[in-house]
Amino acid sequence: MIRADETESTIVPRIEVGERLEAGFEWFEDTFDSAINWVGSTVAYISDGLAEILAIPDALILTVILAAIAWLVRNWKLALGTVGLMLFIITVDQWNEALETLALVAVAAAIALIIAIPLGVLAAKSQIASRIIRPVMDLMQTMPALVWLIPALAMFSLGMTAGIFATLIFALPPGVRFTELAIRQVDAEVVEAGHAFGSTPAQILFRVQLPLAAKTIMAGVNQVIMLALSMAVFAGFVGAGGLGTEVVRAISQLNLALGFDAGLSVVMLAIYLDRVTAGIGGGEGVLAKLLRRRKSAPVQTEETAEDKAATGSPTT
Amino acid sequence: MTDTASNNVAPAVSVQNAYKAFGRRPQTIVKRLKEGATRDELKSQGMAAVIDASFDVAPGEIFVVMGLSGSGKSTLIRTLNGIQPPTDGTVKIFGQDITNVSPRQLRSIRREKIAMVFQHFALMPHRTVGQNAAYALEVRGISRSDREKKAEEALNMVGLAGYGGSFPHELSGGMRQRVGLARALAAETDLMLMDEAFSALDPLIRKEMQDQLLELQQQLGKTIVFITHDLNEAMRLGNRIAMMRDGRIVQIGTTEQILNDPANDYVAQFIQEVDRTRVLTAGEIMEPPVAVLGAGQGPRAAHRLMREHQTSALCVVDQTRHLQGVVYEDDVAAAVAAGAEGLTGLLRQMPATLPGTLLAELIGAASQHAAGLAVVDDHGRLHGVIPRVTLLNALADTSAEGAVRTILEEAPA
Repeated sequence: MIRADETESTIVPRIEVGERLEAGFEWFEDTFDSAINWVGSTVAYISDGLAEILAIPDALILTVILAAIAWLVRNWKLALGTVGLMLFIITVDQWNEALETLALVAVAAAIALIIAIPLGVLAAKSQIASRIIRPVMDLMQTMPALVWLIPALAMFSLGMTAGIFATLIFALPPGVRFTELAIRQVDAEVVEAGHAFGSTPAQILFRVQLPLAAKTIMAGVNQVIMLALSMAVFAGFVGAGGLGTEVVRAISQLNLALGFDAGLSVVMLAIYLDRVTAGIGGGEGVLAKLLRRRKSAPVQTEETAEDKAATGSPTT
Repeated sequence: MTDTASNNVAPAVSVQNAYKAFGRRPQTIVKRLKEGATRDELKSQGMAAVIDASFDVAPGEIFVVMGLSGSGKSTLIRTLNGIQPPTDGTVKIFGQDITNVSPRQLRSIRREKIAMVFQHFALMPHRTVGQNAAYALEVRGISRSDREKKAEEALNMVGLAGYGGSFPHELSGGMRQRVGLARALAAETDLMLMDEAFSALDPLIRKEMQDQLLELQQQLGKTIVFITHDLNEAMRLGNRIAMMRDGRIVQIGTTEQILNDPANDYVAQFIQEVDRTRVLTAGEIMEPPVAVLGAGQGPRAAHRLMREHQTSALCVVDQTRHLQGVVYEDDVAAAVAAGAEGLTGLLRQMPATLPGTLLAELIGAASQHAAGLAVVDDHGRLHGVIPRVTLLNALADTSAEGAVRTILEEAPA
């Protein structure tokens, strides 16, 4: 056992990095106490509200709604699959827990994206911002996920908010990275064309870069949601509720049956969220077709050309 | 005919001693270049892409910048709309210096004055053809119905009527570049920059696009700066051509000037590979018709004219200089001997061509007609003649004279 002022080496002195970070964190907590409280209560309000709304309809009705969403963003096969996934969760009696987890993931992922996408845009536009943001993202992602539960607990005490905070930190980085990559990958000649015709920076961003980066950004959104879901289970340790709490309970009771029920429910939820977000990114679903409503390819007559110009196409 | 730089009209584009260097300290590179350092000596510090470029482009002119990859031509064209602002020197677009304006002003100049066509089309894949064509107008804040109308007009102009609702990926390469062209035309700017616009297209489509561009330019009278690495293309399109090498402009001139009087070995080497029959046009090599015969005159007048001008054939024109045909020496002599009065029966057909016709298309006709070819305008009025010897001369590559020896000197006395 090494004492506080000793290290394994006789030469290298002990520096209390952890203690200093803790002191810094405590200073932060004290200084922004009211802000933290406000954020905590707001997030709690939103996530509780969402969980309650999800709990209003009967399990089967919500299943149908989720299946309808799957059909809209992808196809009827996924809709059918969705029914199967949800029926599994209902039948192992994890439905309410799954809804809580879904609410936690939704809020955490939404906040993560609200922060991550603008940060990613900033990193893509500014080399300096990129150099600062990258190591921070590395830190957030490589730090063992459970460690983030400690400050979460200290700031927001036991409950869903702490879980959301820890989940948020863990799930944020891919959102930033994918957004930066997506925008950097947009064909430079197309961006140049935008400049050549006198577009403002905002026009370049919203009319050229973001639409062309959308597919890759959606891959980032998918990653954020998947990471949020995996972290949501860890969040059970800080009493975030939902499937995570069930898993923690199963561990403490060594209850393998409960562990599988809750664990497999997480898997079902993961499959659903993954396929749906991938479907949005793929843009092949009914919804995408509705949004892209237009007349089909080349027609030669003058009349149709005029007709087309008059109706235009509403994808702008 | 095309030496427009000396005209009094204010130039559409005026570039004075422009430099563009890339690297940590571009200013230092330019300073060293001005002190006489070469591009290679400065390689460790950065890249001197454009060195001391100066030229004027007259309104309505097609100015071609020709060079191999790495010669700085693409950078040069980007200094014209400020996408790559020059490190030193000035660039004026319709009299306005764009090198020291605010970003906002620069954007408005780009919106109002300059359109651009790109090598790889640079269409926006998420927008329909119509929306792509309307992009410049959209940026300018023109109402939806107006810009759709103008975009459609532009699409009609390039032969893409009815494709407004398609997406770029549904079109072939040639059609996509037509969309790129339509986008630039819809912007209704007086200046159009074309960066290797046809280089990515296959040869047949490329020729078609070149013809279309020439046609559009005649209709619309735009000023065009065209970048290419293909000298045949440069000579087909350009009123004047700037030859670039290693960042410098080594020669500016018309097709004829460059072919007949290359500024240095580099240019000379280049033009060796040019198929002259496919770049020179009838209008460029024709000679003024020194002796023409009025349709009302008789064989005697013809005989006298032929003797005066030492020629064996005469073009015959009416009072408004419309070409009627040609008379030959033998026929005239016979008619004079027979004491005939009019030209009836003497008049032979004369092959006539337009000034824009390429020499390749003339050779067949020239071989069959001793009198050579007449050059007429659209209304059939005589502009000039191309005797066979002129045609041969034009085809001759001046740099390859060593291949033929003059035998007379070596013949025994």
